[in-house]
Amino acid sequence: MKFAVVVFPGSNSDRDAWYAAGHVLGERAERVWHKDTDLAGADAVILPGGFAHGDYLRTGAIARFSPIMAAVTRFAERGGPVLGICNGFQILLEAGLLPGAMVRNTGIKFVSRMVPVRVEQSDTPFTRACSPAQILHLPIAHGEGNYFAAPEVVADLEANQQVVFRYTDQAGNPSEDANPNGSVNHIAGICNRARNVVGLMPHPERACEPALGSADGRVVLESVVKEFADRAHA
Amino acid sequence: MKARVYVTLKPSVFDPQGSVVAHALTSLGYSDVKDVRQGKFFEVELEGGDAVNAKTRVTEMADKLLANPVIESYRVEILSS
Repeated sequence: MKFAVVVFPGSNSDRDAWYAAGHVLGERAERVWHKDTDLAGADAVILPGGFAHGDYLRTGAIARFSPIMAAVTRFAERGGPVLGICNGFQILLEAGLLPGAMVRNTGIKFVSRMVPVRVEQSDTPFTRACSPAQILHLPIAHGEGNYFAAPEVVADLEANQQVVFRYTDQAGNPSEDANPNGSVNHIAGICNRARNVVGLMPHPERACEPALGSADGRVVLESVVKEFADRAHA
Repeated sequence: MKARVYVTLKPSVFDPQGSVVAHALTSLGYSDVKDVRQGKFFEVELEGGDAVNAKTRVTEMADKLLANPVIESYRVEILSS
């Protein structure tokens, strides 16, 4: 299958995502410039981490108007799998492809460390190969990862099982101490109603080989490869 | 023509930066500080002199880009020059 990794000015994890998909998994992967208007025939799209357009104004606020985003929106509306990682998640929120918004971490500080994350839903294209409640050790690196949405929106997300990843302690229990940024309901990642668009703050693409301290992130990209193979055989 | 846009976090959204600033002010001895909310301020210069039209345009800009309605509210002021 083929991945498209969108590159915005200020993206810094695009090469990591491209490497994880193209080299670790051995799939086809192409980086697509934000001014391009088509996704080069990709089967899955990754919006990578970084600081698109310098995070000026708000994280993702300028990037959502990049020309490529019209193609990403069309792709998502047709049911194509889209993964937003960190800044990519923030862009999906600003673009309205996922509900809610990000605000500054409650502790003010930029947090960069490995955290346990519990997989809450294994029926999205990016968690299909996960076991239920699997704990993944993934790196986070963000200053604005404090997920916020109005109480009724959060209730809706929970009711529709759209919370895909949650911060927990090592034993898999969510707690204030294990929440690195103050996100409501310890939310680390969500999906849209149709479940094909997934955003998360942790970086699975930076944890795909044991040499990087964790290979737990690999399953996220393997999931969409599996989904693609299953669809092809269906 | 000039417009001013004030963007603030909605009251229901916790403002970590504001509370750090409030804390800093109380440690400077301003013990009467109860709370601080930090926001953004934009000055937009426009061509043309129609104030009504300017207000409509700048409100549209605030909706589209300057503020995120999920977490922020805004106020637009037109300055008569």
